[in-house]
Amino acid sequence: MLVLAGIAVIVVGFLLRFNPLLVVVSAALVTGMAAHLGPVAVLSALGKAFNTNRYVTIIYIVLPVVGILEAHGLQARARALIGRIRGATMGRLLIVYLLFRQLSAALGLVSIAGPAQSVRPLVAPMAEAAAETQSHGTADPDHAKALAAATDNVGLFFGEDIFIAIGSILLMKGVLQANGIELPPLALSVWAIPTAIAAFVIHGSRLLWADRRLNGMGQNPLGRQP
Amino acid sequence: MIGLNFLYPVAGSTFAAFAVLSLAERPRRPGNAAFYALIAASFLIGDRLGDFGNGLLVLAIVAVTTLGRLRPRADTPSAATPRGSMLFVPALVIPITALAGSLVFAQVPGLVDPKQVTLVSLALGVILALAICYAWLRPSATEPFRQGARLMDQIGWAAILPQLLASLGAVFALAGMGDVVGSLIGHVIPTGSLAGAVIAYGLGMALFTAIMGNAFAAFPVMFAAIGLPLLIHAHHGDPARVAAIGMLAGFCGTLMTPMAANFNLVPAALLDLKDRYGVIRAQVPTALPLLVFNIVLLWIVIR
Repeated sequence: MLVLAGIAVIVVGFLLRFNPLLVVVSAALVTGMAAHLGPVAVLSALGKAFNTNRYVTIIYIVLPVVGILEAHGLQARARALIGRIRGATMGRLLIVYLLFRQLSAALGLVSIAGPAQSVRPLVAPMAEAAAETQSHGTADPDHAKALAAATDNVGLFFGEDIFIAIGSILLMKGVLQANGIELPPLALSVWAIPTAIAAFVIHGSRLLWADRRLNGMGQNPLGRQP
Repeated sequence: MIGLNFLYPVAGSTFAAFAVLSLAERPRRPGNAAFYALIAASFLIGDRLGDFGNGLLVLAIVAVTTLGRLRPRADTPSAATPRGSMLFVPALVIPITALAGSLVFAQVPGLVDPKQVTLVSLALGVILALAICYAWLRPSATEPFRQGARLMDQIGWAAILPQLLASLGAVFALAGMGDVVGSLIGHVIPTGSLAGAVIAYGLGMALFTAIMGNAFAAFPVMFAAIGLPLLIHAHHGDPARVAAIGMLAGFCGTLMTPMAANFNLVPAALLDLKDRYGVIRAQVPTALPLLVFNIVLLWIVIR
């Protein structure tokens, strides 16, 4: 029961906005102590897991490429490109990206896009530029950028489970197997399809709704609502 | 076989370059340089440090980020000449190589570690794109890494949080957190009502995922506590549907928690949002209705 104190540390630490790294390490130490593990044992367990999870941090090797291209004006080109496409709006752009992300993730291609590879250099500046045009410069640029990152996540999460060899499918297969239930991965992945469609409809509707709001902004100063 | 033995030296050298360039550029602010040097050390010699040594490395990283006060640099306007739409080419080389690599390496067994195919392909794409940038844009040898370090400074401590959270998950598992939560839930679920069990399962997946930061940690616990005994055994639900839809309910939780730092906090830092939780705020209105959808769907397919 005492090990739940670790969760309490996490929740309180994040709510009070302490440095999250400090919060996480404190939670690990508190949890370990509550489970009657010595500080050395807890630190060793933390260190071991940290070392085996290094692959999580590999993605930053793309930054030198993104950085040098940005220095030569990649973001400006992305903005200019969206300005040249007739009828392009923030919502429509992000709906196309959502569909692309869901379909490619469903084929198992999860690393071809992401916050560092595609959102920061391409999708976010395009969304921001489109929102700026639609709202006659009155929209908060952070809103479009945050929606671009959100669309990337929604597309990834509710596309990847359709692929039969993705981590979560293999995990489910393993857990079911441990409980004596044998299933082919395909039986699991077909049940990701209804939710994938629902995610597209719900998030897509929100994007179109955001378009309507943007189009109404900056036109009639009296009618502008917060 | 090409795998982590190739990826870790590549990542380690990249962070080592960030460290050296940061120190050269701002010798009076060594915090960032020390942070990158420690990450580089983890990639390059982590396997030789031992478990306790790696634990000390984690403490050193936390100390540097809390005491060293990482600071992003002020964005200086770039002196580089702007280029035209050809700039999209190197940017697209990365995903195209990742795609081609994933397809090709699957046909040539034994060359690339099957578990690391996508990451290896991605790294090859990065190396190819970098080669194109050097040949075409002719920057100085250090310029791409200087620019990379600039972006890295912007991400700051958030960069290492996902890896640290994954490690916390291991400590939680060691302390038996899953069993405690599972037995706790087992006590509060009303037996007999299908709707009650489905709601508890779906909400439990989302909530426990939000606490743990990923659905992988929550799934085995919730499946053992509610999915198997109540939905599958008592209400004769199809195991595939119970498992698959439960996992997706968990993904809705991932969209709403700062604990899923790589999806929610890193992009906010990378996009320089004023609100650290800006991406989460943008996701909640999608995540909540989708969670309701998953719970209703599960209820319909079991009923």
